[in-house]
Amino acid sequence: MKKSVFLGALTIAGLAATASVASTLDDVKARGKLNCGVSTGLVGFAAPDANGRWNGFDVAVCRAVAAAVLGDSDAVNFVPTTGKTRFTALASGEVDMLARNTTWTFTRDVDLKFEFVGVNYYDGQGFMVPKSLGVSSAKELDGATVCIQTGTTTELNLADYFRSNNMSYEPVPIETNAEAQQQFLAGACDTLTTDASGLAATRAAFENPDDFVVLPEIISKEPLGPLVRHGDNQWGDIVRWVLNGLISAEELGITSANVDELAKGTNNPEINRMLGTEGNLGEMLGLDKEWLIRAIKVAGNYGEIFEANIGEKTPLGLSRGLNAQWTEGGLIYSPPFR
Amino acid sequence: MSDKVTAYVRTEMLEEKAPPSLNTGPLGWIRENLFPNWFSSILTLVSLWIIYKMLVAFIPWAFGGVWNASSLNECREILQGVDAACWAVIHERFWQLMYGFYPDHLYWRPNLALILLIVALVPVLFEGAPRKLLWISVATPFVGPWLLWGGTIWTPVAAALGFVVGIAVYRLTASALSNLAGLVLGPLAAVIWWILLAGRFSDLVSSILPLGIEPVESRMFGGFMLAITLGITGIAASFPLGIILALGRQSNLIIVKTLSVGFIEFIRGVPLITLLFVAQVMLAYFLPKGTDFDIILRVMIMITLFAAAYMAEVIRGGLAALPKGQYEAADALGLNYWQAQRLIIMPQALKIAIPGIVSTFIGLFKDTTLVSIIGLADPIGWVKFIQADAAWNGIVWELYGFVALVFFIICFSMSRYSMYLERKLETGHK
Amino acid sequence: MTTMTDPPRESFRLSMLLYDSRYRSMTIQIIVLMGFMLGAAWLINNAVQNLAEAGKTFSFRFMSEPSGYDINQRLIDYSSRSTHARAAVVGILNTLLVALMGCIAATVLGVILGILRLSKNWMVSRLAAVYVEAMRNVPVLLWIVLTMAIMVEFMPAPREFRGEEPEARMYLFDSVAITNRGVYIPEPKFANGLGDIPVAISLRSEGCESYLEGGELADSCGLFQISLDLWLIIAVLLAGIFTAKLNVKRANRIQAATGERPNTLWVNLAVIILPTLAVLWYLGFYLDKPELKGFNFRGGIHMRNSLIALWLALSLYTAAFIAEIVRAGILAIPKGQSEAAAALGLRQGKIMRLVILPQAWRVIFPPLISQFLNLTKNSSLAIAVGYMDVTGTLGGITLNQTGREMETVLLLMLVYLVISLSISSVMNAYNRRNALKER
Repeated sequence: MKKSVFLGALTIAGLAATASVASTLDDVKARGKLNCGVSTGLVGFAAPDANGRWNGFDVAVCRAVAAAVLGDSDAVNFVPTTGKTRFTALASGEVDMLARNTTWTFTRDVDLKFEFVGVNYYDGQGFMVPKSLGVSSAKELDGATVCIQTGTTTELNLADYFRSNNMSYEPVPIETNAEAQQQFLAGACDTLTTDASGLAATRAAFENPDDFVVLPEIISKEPLGPLVRHGDNQWGDIVRWVLNGLISAEELGITSANVDELAKGTNNPEINRMLGTEGNLGEMLGLDKEWLIRAIKVAGNYGEIFEANIGEKTPLGLSRGLNAQWTEGGLIYSPPFR
Repeated sequence: MSDKVTAYVRTEMLEEKAPPSLNTGPLGWIRENLFPNWFSSILTLVSLWIIYKMLVAFIPWAFGGVWNASSLNECREILQGVDAACWAVIHERFWQLMYGFYPDHLYWRPNLALILLIVALVPVLFEGAPRKLLWISVATPFVGPWLLWGGTIWTPVAAALGFVVGIAVYRLTASALSNLAGLVLGPLAAVIWWILLAGRFSDLVSSILPLGIEPVESRMFGGFMLAITLGITGIAASFPLGIILALGRQSNLIIVKTLSVGFIEFIRGVPLITLLFVAQVMLAYFLPKGTDFDIILRVMIMITLFAAAYMAEVIRGGLAALPKGQYEAADALGLNYWQAQRLIIMPQALKIAIPGIVSTFIGLFKDTTLVSIIGLADPIGWVKFIQADAAWNGIVWELYGFVALVFFIICFSMSRYSMYLERKLETGHK
Repeated sequence: MTTMTDPPRESFRLSMLLYDSRYRSMTIQIIVLMGFMLGAAWLINNAVQNLAEAGKTFSFRFMSEPSGYDINQRLIDYSSRSTHARAAVVGILNTLLVALMGCIAATVLGVILGILRLSKNWMVSRLAAVYVEAMRNVPVLLWIVLTMAIMVEFMPAPREFRGEEPEARMYLFDSVAITNRGVYIPEPKFANGLGDIPVAISLRSEGCESYLEGGELADSCGLFQISLDLWLIIAVLLAGIFTAKLNVKRANRIQAATGERPNTLWVNLAVIILPTLAVLWYLGFYLDKPELKGFNFRGGIHMRNSLIALWLALSLYTAAFIAEIVRAGILAIPKGQSEAAAALGLRQGKIMRLVILPQAWRVIFPPLISQFLNLTKNSSLAIAVGYMDVTGTLGGITLNQTGREMETVLLLMLVYLVISLSISSVMNAYNRRNALKER
């Protein structure tokens, strides 16, 4: 139920009083749009292009969910959130899900009452230094000035790492990635630390990327994944299985190119179950049969999304590494569709 | 003795001689204004040196820039190591910096709203303006937001009807019962209309007669359009609140006064950014479960409260500047409090306060940049978005410089205009 | 003849609450108060319900838990094992530091600029006007970001100081290094200093247990360390100034009695400077120069880039406003005043110092206070450059890490409110004392 309310002379168009009993899925369907929290701009993961269209690895997850639920990958309101505001935006219901480079940690899951539905990128915190510094290991960074991005788990990992190795350092906290980059390039800090994917992205954008190296130490585990609010399990299941669907699709060789072909029926029962030719998995989620077909059609399976946004052919040039399928020695693993 | 008398007194004036060439013409001006004494001369030379240094650094960089490229790397290739600007980013992203995500075929709507607002201000500021323009002033608060957000035309109509209902109820009850009953029941009826009936009314009428324009959600607002919208709604909505607070602060009702002073001092005592944090992270907790304002509306509410406190102080200044005789004359005429305020005090006090209001507006407009800190897409927010695009990652000066320049143009022309207004509205005798 | 009768004494009727002006104000106030309390109760009730629904409690217990993050600039002892509360205090002190430095610099700059704007030199007054307009019409956030960018881009990195033929050099006999990580200046130190004393011992912090059991006093113990040396120097300096003031009073008396003024300058200078120098010598004063060691300069005082950028931007921005205030203040003094002073035979400099500025000061002071308040509040934009003020610690990382929005934001507002109210009350008290006594 939607009704407009007016406050004084100002017509306030966006005040929509929604009944609180409705589930997130019903809300989204009634709204016709998915509200998806993304970051305020992170190269390769989320940024609006020249036409104002959001693109990126995290954005693709939002679009896939929107396609599965609403049948339209453009039926998404992208809400840019900062490190500070993301959890409130989700908790207060301003966004239905968060796909924003958020590390899955105990306190976030338990204390902040969120549900991480899976991991779409396995990351870890690393260090980048100019080659001219002559440093080959993070253990040699005693006394260094370290640029860190605030509002993340990065500063806590850093404090723990230097403390446990009995080293001192000078933290330079920085709000955005662009400024961190600028300070690092100008030599205002000796080393830049953030998630390894971010380091790669930053390095790729430099004028002379070869003058910089990423140190081998990874000092933390940063499983990044989409999350939803505690308490609405149906919605959590939808987001979880859309993500798993994209991952399984890669494992089973379903791509955006051949999904229509495969949807006509195959010899592989799991593919059939996923694409709705067998069983009624979609209905169990409260969706229709073709939910996953639509999700895969948007930008392809997990591997295709990876290659298109952050893979080796993009300026970021990230290799799959930990994020390869489990069959190829990585950690990306989806529970079976059964 | 001779009769000849030699006159030592000149009988006719000598012709004026031209002043020494050093004191006239451009040279004289230079000497008088730039090199009157050694200290001043040094200052002049230092100033010239500063100007020279800045121009030498700036001009080749700015004018040697590249206007056509699709990424920073392309710019670098074109420039081949020459240190010059990459204006291509402005070229490519100009409309985003101006309008954000607002659909490009609808740019005319915010433009029209702005023009409407300017026209609406004319009869308020200039008494000579045609009276008919006053209708535009009355309509603008309803039509302006409708143009920006779109949707059915019946929404602003329903909102405007609230005032009609309120006034009608006031008239009826005032004549049937008493003035006071009217004062209570009129606004009450209006509020009931807005909260309970207006939505149904507009739904009903629009289902019968669907008239409307394409709706645009407020999260599509961005760039300078967002900054201007925030600034103008903040000032406009804070105006009535500011008047009430100013009167409350002047009032001799102790509780009213304490509440007003408390509110004003609280808002003025905390930085705007903390109020934005409230909008961002706390407002949701203070409203009933399920009310879902979008973030731009929440920010508008907080900016309005913020501006109201400053506005109240500006209006209080206007009230204080009014000679006491005006209050006493109003009392002597037997006007009651509200009549005196409406007919005598406010028109004069607000006129005195106009320059203050304009400078509050300029301040507020500049402060809207703070919303980028909570992740909204104002011009600075867009700078961050653009920097996060792989093609433009690493660009700094061009974007910030451009944003600063546009802010300067807008604020500077407003402050000049307000000085002009100040002179124009000057009714005192000199 | 008329007989005056008292108006009939009315008994109290309910309608008098509305129509009798004696009672009406009371009625209005009670209604307003009730409305306010109802509104507040509604908001609080909502908050309580919503918090309960979200499974959160309203408690400040998290403030005594370890913060887990480091802060680069700290005026008091702090490490990542210290509590969130202590991080907040570090932030508050940083806010106060930049606000104080900013107010001083902005006032000095603003007064100079205000006078330059009134200069008869066309070029100088134009240039000052351009500066003022450019500063005032661009948001301060942009200035802060741009100043930081300039600091980072155009100052040399520490590595450029290295080598046989370094690209960058230190200033003032190798004692000041300006780098893009900040400015390193020599630190005054004392060879035989008196040490520090802890004010308010915190039992929680590590190292205190041993002290309480009679052991050594650890550095990390105590909420604040206060340097005895500093106190001694300040005390001696104040004593010197006080004596100098007595001397001036004496000179005034002699001048009033005899018409001749004994020279006070040299005596005063001696009284102030000599004892201070003696104390410095006794404490073994020396300057600790910064030196390039490892990655960074070591030793000396490190004024971080973020502090300098914020400080510069805030003071340059506020100075433009102060310049206008000063200009308006000077212009507000009637021309007759300076003409009268000239007629008395005062010279230009003395006219400014003795006649114009003291009068202009009264006009300048109240708006100056509000500029100080603005500067303090604007210092909350520190997060844009990563200066760890209270918005950066309490309202930034602590908020992020604990997820306690309600508590941290309320506390943050309270901190700013207390700072603002104390500045304005102190300044207003001063203003009242110095205002013209009108009858």
